[in-house]
Amino acid sequence: MNMYPQRKYCLLKPISARRLFNTGSRHRWLSRIPAKTQTSHIMSKRKLQDAHLPVGECITEVQKILRERLCHQRLPDKPEGVEAQHRHLLELLKRTAIHGESNSVLIVGPRGAGKTMLLRCVLRDLLEDKEAQKSLLQVHLNGLLQTDDRIALKEITRQLHLENVVGDKVFGSFAENLGFLLEALKKGDRSSSRPVLFILDEFDLFAHHKNQTLLYNLLDVSQSAQAPICVVGITCRLDVLELLEKRVKSRFSHRQIHLLSSATLAQYVERVQTQLSVPEDFPDTKFAQEWNDSIKVLCEDKSVEEVLQRHYNSSRDYRSMHMLLMLCLSRVSVARPAITPADLLEASRLCFADAKANMLHGLSILELCLIIAMKHLNDLYEGEPFNLQMIHNEFKKFLQRKSNSMYNFEQPVIMKAFEHLQQLELIRPVDGSSAKTQREYQLMRLMLDHSQIMDALQKYPQCPTEVKQWAMSAFG
Amino acid sequence: MKYFTRLRVRRVYTWRGKPLRFNRKLKTFEYGSLSIKVDGLPRTTIINAGQHILIEGEDEDNPYVAKVVRLFGDESGKQKKAVVQWFARVSEVPLSKLKLLGREPHPQEIFYYQGRSCDDEVNAESILRPVQVKHLDGPAPFPDSDDKDTLFVKLSWDSKTFKLVESAVVESASEPTPASSPPPFPKPSLPPSPPRSPPAAAPASRGPSRRALPTPDPSIMHRASSGEVRYRRATMSAGKASTAEAESLHSTSKLSASKCLSAKRRCSSASTPGVRKKLQLNSPEKMTREDLVDHLLDEELESVMLAQRLSSSPPQAHSLPHSLTPLSKTHRAPSTPLTHRLVPLTHRLTPFRKTLGDPAGEDAAHLNPSDSPPSSAREDSTRAATPSRKKEAKTPREPALAALAEVDNENSPMLPSALTPRSSKRKSAQLVSSRIRKQLNLLENHQLSDSDGEEEDEFVPSKKELQSSSEEEEEEEEGLDSEEETVGKRSRRNAAGSLTPRSKRKTHVSTRTPRKTPNKKITPGTPRTPRHATPSIPSRSLPARCPGNVLEEARARLHVSSVPESLPCREQEFQDIYSFVESKISDGTGGCMYISGVPGTGKTATVHEVMRCLQHAAEVDEIPPFHFIEINGMKMTDPHQAYVQILQKLTGQKATADHAAALLERRFSNPAPRKETTVLLVDELDLLWTRKQNVMYNLFDWPTRRHARLVVLTIANTMDLPERIMINRVASRLGLTRMSFQPYSFKQLQQIIMSRLNKVKAFEQDALQLVSRKVAALSGDARRCLDICRRATEICELSAAALVGMSHVMEALNEMFSSAYITAIKCASVQEQLLLRAVITEFRRLGLEEATFQQVFVQHQALCRVEGLQPVGVSEGLAVCQRLGACRLLLLEPSRLGVLQRVRLNVSQDDVLYALKAD
Repeated sequence: MNMYPQRKYCLLKPISARRLFNTGSRHRWLSRIPAKTQTSHIMSKRKLQDAHLPVGECITEVQKILRERLCHQRLPDKPEGVEAQHRHLLELLKRTAIHGESNSVLIVGPRGAGKTMLLRCVLRDLLEDKEAQKSLLQVHLNGLLQTDDRIALKEITRQLHLENVVGDKVFGSFAENLGFLLEALKKGDRSSSRPVLFILDEFDLFAHHKNQTLLYNLLDVSQSAQAPICVVGITCRLDVLELLEKRVKSRFSHRQIHLLSSATLAQYVERVQTQLSVPEDFPDTKFAQEWNDSIKVLCEDKSVEEVLQRHYNSSRDYRSMHMLLMLCLSRVSVARPAITPADLLEASRLCFADAKANMLHGLSILELCLIIAMKHLNDLYEGEPFNLQMIHNEFKKFLQRKSNSMYNFEQPVIMKAFEHLQQLELIRPVDGSSAKTQREYQLMRLMLDHSQIMDALQKYPQCPTEVKQWAMSAFG
Repeated sequence: MKYFTRLRVRRVYTWRGKPLRFNRKLKTFEYGSLSIKVDGLPRTTIINAGQHILIEGEDEDNPYVAKVVRLFGDESGKQKKAVVQWFARVSEVPLSKLKLLGREPHPQEIFYYQGRSCDDEVNAESILRPVQVKHLDGPAPFPDSDDKDTLFVKLSWDSKTFKLVESAVVESASEPTPASSPPPFPKPSLPPSPPRSPPAAAPASRGPSRRALPTPDPSIMHRASSGEVRYRRATMSAGKASTAEAESLHSTSKLSASKCLSAKRRCSSASTPGVRKKLQLNSPEKMTREDLVDHLLDEELESVMLAQRLSSSPPQAHSLPHSLTPLSKTHRAPSTPLTHRLVPLTHRLTPFRKTLGDPAGEDAAHLNPSDSPPSSAREDSTRAATPSRKKEAKTPREPALAALAEVDNENSPMLPSALTPRSSKRKSAQLVSSRIRKQLNLLENHQLSDSDGEEEDEFVPSKKELQSSSEEEEEEEEGLDSEEETVGKRSRRNAAGSLTPRSKRKTHVSTRTPRKTPNKKITPGTPRTPRHATPSIPSRSLPARCPGNVLEEARARLHVSSVPESLPCREQEFQDIYSFVESKISDGTGGCMYISGVPGTGKTATVHEVMRCLQHAAEVDEIPPFHFIEINGMKMTDPHQAYVQILQKLTGQKATADHAAALLERRFSNPAPRKETTVLLVDELDLLWTRKQNVMYNLFDWPTRRHARLVVLTIANTMDLPERIMINRVASRLGLTRMSFQPYSFKQLQQIIMSRLNKVKAFEQDALQLVSRKVAALSGDARRCLDICRRATEICELSAAALVGMSHVMEALNEMFSSAYITAIKCASVQEQLLLRAVITEFRRLGLEEATFQQVFVQHQALCRVEGLQPVGVSEGLAVCQRLGACRLLLLEPSRLGVLQRVRLNVSQDDVLYALKAD
């Protein structure tokens, strides 16, 4: 046990603790590396002591391991399905770190495809090399955080610990900072300066900065004999190159690493299985064996396969899969120490549940009636906007037909219900309509699809039959 | 300096005394000293050869420092020139070179300038005033002096390195000869001795000056000295800086000797061929008859001196090519009303006097002792061995002077003590004068005529000052160490003192009004930035690995950043730019050039190449030295930062944009001594566009100024940029010198790769051709071409092939040029593909290229049923739609619109159908 702190120290040395905390959760994985080895060592020790743990403890351990995995807290040992990209990126970064070659590269792929995971894996593997670890400097930027070049420059300066940083403060104006950074990079040369890795998450957002000054300068450095840098952009936009200004574009090396998963259904199911399996070094081998077997059985289940097929059809990315598995996992308890197909079905139902339809369940009868009236108006006028008065008339027609005084509401009450619907954003005012018009004449649109309304009506508790009939009838 | 206000001060420059000699060829008169009279002030300053002076420059707070070598004027007397030895201030040394110093420069530190790039002839009217320069030994600490007027020299600077400099070079007074040694009569004659081999310079600056010494009016002398005493006290008392009073007069002979030595040394070092040439040219002309006579007379003395001098080291480049420049100043009257009071005593040069039309004859009657000081001082100074000495008893001075003058004229070596008192009261005089000036500044306006001013000047400084001066003297005496050194010391004193009387003589009001600014030092770094922040990236502990095999070698060579030995395929452009810039540099004129071309066609690289060649040419003296600076529109945060960057690169100063613009404006519109041509490269010109276009206007207007000597090369991408974005007055100033870089043809691209590879055999010929043809067809961007080749070597390495072949290149090309859209659609999930299909169906139904999500969703559900899939809910459908939107396969309105958001395709329908069909 004594060796862990030391190992941790070794691994963390190149990255100061301050940077770890400051640069946000994306980099916190770095600290997980030692943690991982740590747990495995703990486990192996425990295995020696007692191979059998109480079921509760096992379940807790399983949940801990799987949650870390599903919440992207721990990197997979090796990224699946992207080996070629992994090798390409690793080679590229290695050349920057070791040979001092400047490069630029974009990692492009849809959301949740594992772009960041890939980069993190590559960095982890890269930093296993002592030489790279000693020399490589990293700068992590995110287009959502560094929303303009001024902020981005400060952040770069801070993360590089240039000399105009005192404590955590970066001194100087925007122009001075830019000049300072460029001067610093210009002074370096290929063989003697430490290579700097710039990671620009949400790269496309940097392209919206004024004049693309930051991108121009970074890419220009990467194409000239200055300090060796590698610019790694991460983006989900396929058209990102079209965003770059022609001079910036010319300076970009046009290396793009695409992460487009073409996994088949079988691979998808297999991926689910590996994601749910516990590792070999689980403290209680017997429990681990049982757990893994149960997962295997689960994945072979017909209904489970159907559910997974549906998810596969919808999206193949890791994030939606992890969402589904997370819901299953949270239903595991001591009483039910395995994931059953029912759990998966329920989780899937939750995942696919329609948010707007769910909201309709919480409406009052009056509000529901107004929605139905709007639906009829939509049918009648083919999506033209309507106002409260029209809705009220429609509603009144329904009331006259039914001659039931039960739903006779005062105008102010209806108005209130209407406002409530607007607050829930089930209806929204037409863009152009001015705020000047009286509220009951303001034009509105319904934000719901018919199917959502009908769904909601089916499930609405104790829905009066005449309301249901009214909703289903072709005419108001 | 701090005593001066920012007000413009008018200075009147007058020769003091008769010309020492006349150069017949060049028609120049040489003078021993110059008096500067500040308008509205009673006191005048006298500048003698050998004295350290401040010369007006662009930076008012830090005027140039130099040592006067020679003073001369043209026949008409209208132009006054001085040959100087420059010193460089800290701020004049490029920041990058300051590092060579290995320590923080002292703010008061200056460097003995040994570079060749500065013209050492300056307009005498740019002289501001004398200054004290003190030599320090290498290891000696800088004295803690708050005296802003004392500068320290430790090192010399030849624009490349710093070297230790010996004190003798710097401090004129520090003579190796013991103070007591008989003052050799330093004479005008040329020493025949061998060391003086380039003898030309010697006579010019030397002998005659003594003879021509004018006799100042005693009353004026008196006043002046008193004024100076005062000043001196204030400045010197703290620092004991008498030693620092570097500029005491040299004996002229010493000067000339050192000149000879320096000239000789230079010849041997060959560092300044140009200078040497000029020197030789001039030398014969300067030998006048008088010189020869003097020469003979002095020969004996000289030979003695010489030995000492030789041992004493570094003479400087005093002899300068001044005679080559025709003097053509016109705005100044040749002789001043007051000059006639100065009567040379034993003047062999009288004819010159006449030519000058100097009415001095009348004044000869009151030959005043006071005129002798300069000469005697000079002699003394030759003997003064110890720079550190204090000046002494002032008391005897006035009376003694008279006697002295006589003696002096007789060439008698003795006498020095008499002169001493007068010694450098310069400082105190200045102090007083500055005070007075403050008061008089107000009056200045009222003084309508020069003569009025004169009179005031003469009468204002009254006995009061006299008294104060004597008080000063007493104080100073207390500080004196011992009497033994007195002689030497006195001589130094005298030297300085002798300057003052002359200053009184000045009568003209010069038309020029140099503006003085209070000394506000520009501190390095703004207060907000940490002081000593140096921009740098930490260096790595292990050196970067070198390429190990052929492919790695090729990859390193193909990197855009590797600078090729030459730029192939741009020979014509190179030639055009080269000759344009070269002609402007050698003519000393300015001009603009506009260079256009699409990215990656070598514009910036070619200009840099041209500059490298020109700089090399300048190094071997083929063309005059010039200054190259570069700004890039993309590397600044705001167009107005251009001014800041230009100023910083030119002078190292930091300033706000507005201030920088003003400083640059002044720099480029005013004539300045020592001006080199500046070549300014403005990259990405279009980024400097502002609504009023004033940045561009200024950039193109400066080169048209007469004194700017500015060559502006501008680079942008579009050929018609001047017509498109520039208003007429800007476009007109840019001129029609345009050049356009065509995209590279495939042959050129191939040649570029070949030349970079430089016989490293890594590519198959066909592969190269494929790359270059492909790139030439697409963009002609050389960067792209190199990047593809680089990628191809990587692919080749993976496949373990020895040579990069067609297949590798094809793969690289595909990676870089193929659009990812089709692959992305192929890899999309089933629902995403269905949605795309639904979008197209809906578009067809509507006949529009746009639909709301609601409409598309209906189609989508229908398609789901057709495909036998369970229809998806609205939320899920929206999520699918958003995912496609994030990839930009679809263009979406903001998602808050929900089902109402409108959907468009970002890919052509054909592409989508193709991708879906192939599936």
